[in-house]
Amino acid sequence: MGPLTRLWGARGWMLLGGFAAVTLVVIPLLRLLPPDHALYLSDYYVLLIGKIMCYALVALAMDLVWGYAGILSLGHGLFFALGGYAMGMYLMREIGTEGQYQSHLPDYMVFLDWKEFPWYWAGSEYFWLAVLKVVLVPGLLAYVFGWFAFRSRIKGVYFSIITQALTFACMLLFFRNDTGFGGNNGFTDFKRILGFSLAEPTTKTALFMITGLFLIGTLLLCRWLVTSKFGRVLAAIRDAEGRAMFSGYNTRDYKLFVWTLSAVLCGIAGALYVPQVGIINPSEMSPANSIEIAVWVAVGGRGSLVGPLLGAGLVNGAKSWFTVAFPDIWLYFLGALFIGVTLFLPKGVMGLRDSWRRSKS
Amino acid sequence: MTHASDLSITPSGDATGMAHVAVPGAIDISHGPILYVEGVSVSFDGFKALNDLSFTLDAGELRCIIGPNGAGKTTMMDVITGKTRADSGRLFLGQTIDLTQLTEYEIARIGIGRKFQKPTVFENHTVAENLELAMKADKGVWATLFNRLSAAQREQVQAMLARIGLRERADILAGLLSHGQKQWLEIGMLLMQDPQILLLDEPVAGMTDEETERTAELLQSLAGRHTVVVVEHDMGFVSSIARTVTVLHEGRVLAEGSMDKVQNDERVIEVYLGR
Repeated sequence: MGPLTRLWGARGWMLLGGFAAVTLVVIPLLRLLPPDHALYLSDYYVLLIGKIMCYALVALAMDLVWGYAGILSLGHGLFFALGGYAMGMYLMREIGTEGQYQSHLPDYMVFLDWKEFPWYWAGSEYFWLAVLKVVLVPGLLAYVFGWFAFRSRIKGVYFSIITQALTFACMLLFFRNDTGFGGNNGFTDFKRILGFSLAEPTTKTALFMITGLFLIGTLLLCRWLVTSKFGRVLAAIRDAEGRAMFSGYNTRDYKLFVWTLSAVLCGIAGALYVPQVGIINPSEMSPANSIEIAVWVAVGGRGSLVGPLLGAGLVNGAKSWFTVAFPDIWLYFLGALFIGVTLFLPKGVMGLRDSWRRSKS
Repeated sequence: MTHASDLSITPSGDATGMAHVAVPGAIDISHGPILYVEGVSVSFDGFKALNDLSFTLDAGELRCIIGPNGAGKTTMMDVITGKTRADSGRLFLGQTIDLTQLTEYEIARIGIGRKFQKPTVFENHTVAENLELAMKADKGVWATLFNRLSAAQREQVQAMLARIGLRERADILAGLLSHGQKQWLEIGMLLMQDPQILLLDEPVAGMTDEETERTAELLQSLAGRHTVVVVEHDMGFVSSIARTVTVLHEGRVLAEGSMDKVQNDERVIEVYLGR
């Protein structure tokens, strides 16, 4: 069995190839057409699909911990937001003196009458440092949190509740103006990234393609992980942790590894999201956001990787339509969807596909 | 003997009053016994599950442990395997390895395998995968990330499948096995760990007579190479395999010896056999 056929069969690779062709070739080519051409893909759609790809990345990260390791996190929005803030700090520095107050400080700092950057903004003008922070800040927080939680053998719903509390506490912290991250407005009005104007359609297309590349790379990485012996150990820990421990596996290490990796992937997703969307604020850390991530994964089907990708796409596609057509009932619809899926489709959309395949054969 | 090389066990010769040239991680059975349980007590909310329990196991023996409900049989296994910490007392594997200092997975790696009372296998993995997961190997995160099954290891899995009579079922999910087959799979998983000591909590519960008989044969074939401890209620089964029987009562050893001797012991008859 070659390393490629271990990941997917021919059909799986074809689907992935198709997705890669659309995101990396077809859409960028369509963007080269004149804007009044019938097939030109507007900024609106590029942003929408780009955003959903970021969410899909988060869904993959969530599926690793929830679907494969059985750890339900209700705080993954926090790691996403931290990655976003780490990138956002750099984007704020890129504004330079073109802000409203024409200061080298961000507008909100001028407004607060601060004379210089707080110490933790040191080096934020360097892109490479921002990239490092995107990985390290969510990663370290997850590592330390996980180290204590898994050492104390906190599991199941207790773990979920603590993650929920963690993201809520951080949201309150980031809401404070004194924290130095723009309070409830967060960061916005970005101008450039690495010198390229964010308003330029080509920059938008490039960010879109990079997001597509990361999504494909992450999918490959996750698939490689779950088809390795490591993946089988994870599922073993999920199903019978005691047996795994008495078989000689240090289950805490495994959980900590996958938990930290998942947080890092969320951080990367957040960092890709912020330059495209143009804003990051503490509402990304709200408990409801993190719960929504769990809904995407449940709708798509836990423990299948592809399912959560579909789930993120379907739910967010529905959301962007619903919040325009029927803005008042979106949350009811989301709640009903979660209950419906839990009751009738425990394996989500992927479960539907499986039973359809069985009925055919 | 090779043992989990990532464990560095400090020689504790002083604990036994002997001076020893200890090989870290290796089990020293130069004095005969492989397991020492000395004055171990465990209490839960004032209830003394183990009360100054002491006994030893010789390397390679097959020992049955019986006793009425609440005698402390399962707690004894929990203490030896690190699941429960002893309040007091000493637990040594060989002369040098202090089990009270090790975690569950370290104890498993150093050579003590354990079967649970309720058969516990990985239900969403195939039978062969269950054996592969249990197989003695480097069980760290990085090792499993890059692990590929060698031909010799594949062979080992096949041989074990044959030994536990599950060759035909190698590729079905373990959750679909019958109760008795799960018991065997779990014993097979223990054997894949290549343990020095196997602790089996009710290995024939829920088995048919024929299955019980085959299990008895399997366990007897293990004695000599492994030290086997069987906790069982089925007296017929115990008398068919036991050479030495230890009777527990209220967290301590009530009697020990051959099945005949134990069955004729006045105190045993009183508390356990209820005659």
